[in-house]
Amino acid sequence: MLTEEEKREILKEVEHYPHPRAASVAALKILQQRRGWVSGDLAEVAALLGMTPAELEGLATFFSHIYLQPLGRHVIFICDSISCWVTGYDMLKEYLQDRLKIKLGETTSDGRFTLMPIACLGICDYAPAMMVDEVLYTGLNRMKIDDILEQYP
Amino acid sequence: MISSNNTLRQERLRALPLTGAMRPDGEPLSLEEYEAWGGYQALKTALATMAPTEVIATVKQANLRGRGGAGFPTGLKWESMSPIEDPRRPRYFIVNADEMEPGTFKDRMLMEGNPHQLLEGVILSAYAVQANRGVIFLRWAYNTPVGNLKQAIAAAYEKGYLGKNILNSGYSLELTLHVGAGRYICGEETSLLNSLEGKRPVPRPRTLHAGELGLWGKPTIVNNAETTCNVPHIIRNGAEWFRNLGRCDDGGTKIFGVSGHVKKPGAWELPLGTTVREIFDDYAGGMSEGFKFRALIPGGASTQFLLEEHLDAKMDYSDLQRVGSRIGTGAIVVMDDRTCPVGFLLNLERFFARESCGWCTPCREGLPWTERVLQSIEEGRGKAEDMETLRFLIFMLGAGRTFCLLAPGAMMPLESGLKYFQEDIDKHISGNRCPWR
Repeated sequence: MLTEEEKREILKEVEHYPHPRAASVAALKILQQRRGWVSGDLAEVAALLGMTPAELEGLATFFSHIYLQPLGRHVIFICDSISCWVTGYDMLKEYLQDRLKIKLGETTSDGRFTLMPIACLGICDYAPAMMVDEVLYTGLNRMKIDDILEQYP
Repeated sequence: MISSNNTLRQERLRALPLTGAMRPDGEPLSLEEYEAWGGYQALKTALATMAPTEVIATVKQANLRGRGGAGFPTGLKWESMSPIEDPRRPRYFIVNADEMEPGTFKDRMLMEGNPHQLLEGVILSAYAVQANRGVIFLRWAYNTPVGNLKQAIAAAYEKGYLGKNILNSGYSLELTLHVGAGRYICGEETSLLNSLEGKRPVPRPRTLHAGELGLWGKPTIVNNAETTCNVPHIIRNGAEWFRNLGRCDDGGTKIFGVSGHVKKPGAWELPLGTTVREIFDDYAGGMSEGFKFRALIPGGASTQFLLEEHLDAKMDYSDLQRVGSRIGTGAIVVMDDRTCPVGFLLNLERFFARESCGWCTPCREGLPWTERVLQSIEEGRGKAEDMETLRFLIFMLGAGRTFCLLAPGAMMPLESGLKYFQEDIDKHISGNRCPWR
């Protein structure tokens, strides 16, 4: 069930476009922001956007930044593209996996972190890089990673 | 004092139009600061004295070519916009700022450091093609540019540079910022349109020209962010000035980046036609201590390798082709002697396999297959016949056999990699292990 507030926010997005379905990504992001992930039945959202549930699900499963499963309190996006790979991605990924005791795509048992790969973050001159929630970290090494993780309880 | 300061500024901007005004700390220029550098002057001039066709003609004479990778001449693209007599409205101008080509970090820098430069470019370009709706399609992971652009758009509206009847010219433009949700394919022009329409972002047939049949079937032009940032300077300083900036037949400067194990990784605005060697030696400072040069890709993940013997080639739209590569996004990624070439190729192909949208069979099936073959070679399970499989895949995923250019782009580094690193691949296969591990 959508809350009244969620519904209002989605309909506000719909107004920005000549066709309601153009607001679909925005609508999914609204749910994600409020609930932490895209939970529940998409049929009601689809109806607001004039789409079939299958069409909306097709979109939701297509984008890498739409999550259909709960995430940890913080999401670590580690860049696995070429400049970061050349400058130490494999080692940093192993280190993060060992420290957090999870694999890429998983969430720690205490729900603190989800570890995700991400394509090139466009900061290749300061590689290797990762993003935690919305903050970009560059020039990474093991010690820096220790310090960064500390900042996210 | 003020006027001499201004002269100095103008001289600097004439040499470095895209980055000359930026602050050393990379913080965004405010609208007032941008204006102090002469910002929005070109817009005022164009709206007051130039017909849209004159703006197109100037950009065409300037020889501006698309900076997103394909290098299509911008003026020609603008001319493909359905004429104003076409009653369909709205008409769209879209900026492709979905930067995601591995190794590429130029649009981020331009949008972070000088968002108003992009906005002035948008308004001028939209005026040229008589678009009354503008959209900036921005990558979600670029959250600093998202904030900077939102602020800049609000400031431009307040100042009357956007909205109805801009500067009393009678011309109106509404501009929105669209933040995507992450997929490389959204940077493909027609996938971007599908994405904006709320459809699954797979490409459209290449026979549909956006200028005729674009967003929601309306006349539409899509330009890259860096391309768009050049437009105000061309209008301000003229086509001849722009053509003379380049050290080759193509006009203007380009943001070139270098990453990998070099002494000073970074990005610099340099004339088109600067040699790869100058960028690598003089700007990036050559290899880091303890690393030797093996090869580089000159323009992002979908470009062919260059070796030492190719480094005197010019970074432009024709000379790199002479040595079997292309300029792409101008983002150089360096491969050193401590990096396994098979691992390097595997990393590139894994990216493309993950980002394939799945719409056409060769790409959907062929890229993961490519990835698996490379992975088995890298892990010491490779067989001699794997080379044949890779050559077959390069043929099957080549230009003309796929729906869009994602897979042919993915084959470019692979094809050249097989040519240049054959010995390294053989060692993996005959030794049943990666010599770098």
